[in-house]
Amino acid sequence: MAQGKGGRAVTHGAATGHAPAQSFLRRHVFSVDHKVIGRQYLDLALVAVVTGMVLSWIMRFHLGWPETPVPGLGKLAPTGAAGGVITPEFYLALMTMHGTIMVFFVLTTAPFAGFGNFFLPIHVGAEDMAFPRINMTSFWVTLAAFLVLVSAFFVGDGPPLSGWTAYAPLSAVGKDAGPGQGVGQTLWAVSIAMFCVAQLLGSLNFIATTLDLRTRGMSLARLPFATWAWFITSVIGLVAFAVLMPACILLILDRVAGTSFFIPAGLVISDRLQPHAGGSPLLWQHLFWFFGHPEVYIAILPGFGIVSQILPVFARKPLLGPRVFIVCLIAIAFLSYTVWGHHMFLSGMNPVSATLFSVPTLVITIPATIICLLWIGTLYGARLRFTTAALFALGFVSVFVSGGISGFFLAQPSTDIYLHGTYFVVAHFHFVMGVAAMFGIFAGTYFWFPKMFGRMMNETLGKWHFWLTFIGVYCVFMPMHYLGLAGNVRRYSAFTDDYLQPLIPLHRFITIAALFTGAVQLIFLFNLIRSRLRGPVAPANPWEATTLEWSTSSPPPHDNFGGHPPVVTHGPNEFGGVGPQDYVMQAEPR
Amino acid sequence: MGRLFAVVVTLIALASATIFALHIWWLPPDISTHGARIDRQLNETMVVAGVLFVLGQLALAFFVWRFSTREGGPSRPSRAFPGGPTPLVVLATVLVGVEILVLTFVGSKVWADVYQTPPAPGALQIEVVGEQFAFYFRYAGADGKFGAMHPELMNDATQNFFGLDPANDTTARDDIVVGSLVIPVNQPVVLRLHAKDVNHSFYVPELRIQQDFVPGMVIPLHFTATKPGKYELVCTQLCGLGHYNMRAYVEVKTRPEFDQWLKERAAEL
Repeated sequence: MAQGKGGRAVTHGAATGHAPAQSFLRRHVFSVDHKVIGRQYLDLALVAVVTGMVLSWIMRFHLGWPETPVPGLGKLAPTGAAGGVITPEFYLALMTMHGTIMVFFVLTTAPFAGFGNFFLPIHVGAEDMAFPRINMTSFWVTLAAFLVLVSAFFVGDGPPLSGWTAYAPLSAVGKDAGPGQGVGQTLWAVSIAMFCVAQLLGSLNFIATTLDLRTRGMSLARLPFATWAWFITSVIGLVAFAVLMPACILLILDRVAGTSFFIPAGLVISDRLQPHAGGSPLLWQHLFWFFGHPEVYIAILPGFGIVSQILPVFARKPLLGPRVFIVCLIAIAFLSYTVWGHHMFLSGMNPVSATLFSVPTLVITIPATIICLLWIGTLYGARLRFTTAALFALGFVSVFVSGGISGFFLAQPSTDIYLHGTYFVVAHFHFVMGVAAMFGIFAGTYFWFPKMFGRMMNETLGKWHFWLTFIGVYCVFMPMHYLGLAGNVRRYSAFTDDYLQPLIPLHRFITIAALFTGAVQLIFLFNLIRSRLRGPVAPANPWEATTLEWSTSSPPPHDNFGGHPPVVTHGPNEFGGVGPQDYVMQAEPR
Repeated sequence: MGRLFAVVVTLIALASATIFALHIWWLPPDISTHGARIDRQLNETMVVAGVLFVLGQLALAFFVWRFSTREGGPSRPSRAFPGGPTPLVVLATVLVGVEILVLTFVGSKVWADVYQTPPAPGALQIEVVGEQFAFYFRYAGADGKFGAMHPELMNDATQNFFGLDPANDTTARDDIVVGSLVIPVNQPVVLRLHAKDVNHSFYVPELRIQQDFVPGMVIPLHFTATKPGKYELVCTQLCGLGHYNMRAYVEVKTRPEFDQWLKERAAEL
């Protein structure tokens, strides 16, 4: 295979070796084309996000009005919600599935695997991924993992309810620990282990493609920012998923093979002394969070890349400090491995290590702050164009700042003593990795939809979607900080404690805001479907952007560049000239 | 559109910050000796974070307002940020760096006082078991010694929550086991947390204290309550379907009341 290291040409066709497939099945279902696979990941994420959001609606409804039946739910879940009122165990199952689906199958799948698959090869000027068949395998394993997870809803012992963190020994000891600890919990662990395999293969593919398939002239310094972010995310993923996968396998062994990796001696559950000895519950927490914290960056760094790519296009000037931005990404990636213990300050881990984990956690805010300032600095002297993509990119900056700042409270062991395990944490991570990453996904969708489907999205509907979502998410998640300050514990299916009673009206406000914000997403769905069928035909470069995907047709041909591999002559960041064309495309002839 | 964005962001930032500042929803009053310092740390963090939050959002709003293009307006060349990225890098590093240093130096001392120092000599010893979905507390009784715990004897039906063996273990015979944590005011207390089955957590908002129970570990936790009253102890670590309902009361009594209470419990044995 001919190598395409920056400056050398790739022999197209040889690199990937596949001609356009002929049969419907090979073209649209079992395709090795990275563009089809990217769209499949995004479709999967769409199904997942709708599922996850509906679960959260039921939870929110229950928290606001615990006695009121959810219309129709009694029929859908006769055991979990007889008569439409959900049981405590079913609430925890909804919560577990919501978290797992959102973190893995939405926040990892859409911005990283989805957009990354479609655009990373085009960004580097390649005609496909380095390993197209492995790429296809990654997607199908991810889909299978999703189906395994969702199937846990339908097993006899009920869906898992140990939370997306699945702390052992609750998740490890089996049926004695109550409902949801049977087959459902095993399926959860199997699903996540499979997901890890898919992501490991995907990460390898991204790394190989970025390093080896760059077209002539595409030096590392000329890589678009989104591709830099996907590349660094892949490196993070390669280490993080490589730890979670064996952890899940050990958990499965504890559950089905009688091992005791996470189960110590002397546990009495349901009045039965458990036949285990020698394991450590904290080992699971260490392994899980060694993955879990980098996972936060896996979810958010693609958003950093997307926003950094979109803002200059609509500000009509270069991103401020492109090299600083990349150095900051690398610093975040490195630091992300050193902070996991901040999830465990109160776990019984040696209290001396709390300070050790606290310092890098606080230090990681420095590169994150620098990146936010670079975005705001980019706006200085700009000529902003307010497309929907630009609005979501600007909204991303706002919600990321809001979510990042509450991290100051949780990064310090002394204040975490009070706030740990409360809604303050829920508010923090929903803003910083949930809402912010979703805004990145929305920005990417409005920006790249014309390229992916050859049609423009409706801007009026897009703007309504932005405004209502932007106000909605603040109404949902900002009050959760107040709940946390009042000591409101998370993961409660009802608030029976005396001191929590006065907070229920605030929960009702959040529920109404959540249902409203959820309903607003129907505008997006409608826009997505209608534009795909009836949107105006998109030109090659509707936004006057510079990167390689805008040099080819919308949508790109099978080999991306129609047999003419691009030669890159410029960086991705050349905006702001005067005259009829204020930008220089990366493949502009000299 | 840019002006609308700026106005909305400004309103959101100011409204959110005002609700924080007015303490409409806030921590309950502190009733511990160490809590005042946690509250101070939290307040200082709140001020700094609040200022950064408002400044960040307002800067975003201002730049978007100032540099938006109006439809049909005159076109003008874009301008670079004065000085390039360097001033921003320095600003972020210095501002956040100093902030981190201050918070860490002050905060780690607060943390150390709660979790890295031994309890005061003569602290009242209480054993705690967390189980699905209840807390139980044990006092040593007249002999000042706790009977040994035998997991195989733990049984909810016979109410042997600590797995005691009074038939063979004389020290266990006078152990007092109750479902509420009763402590004397202004008396240092040291708890030893045992998890019978899965993870649980000990959280009393008024006491500004939280600590996980971990199976296989015995975790000490010490504090001193300063105000008599009845407070709620709740579980904050997901432990199964009854997690939301796993709670107990903490009753802080005056010394004579506490002694009287303990005497009555001993008499019941």
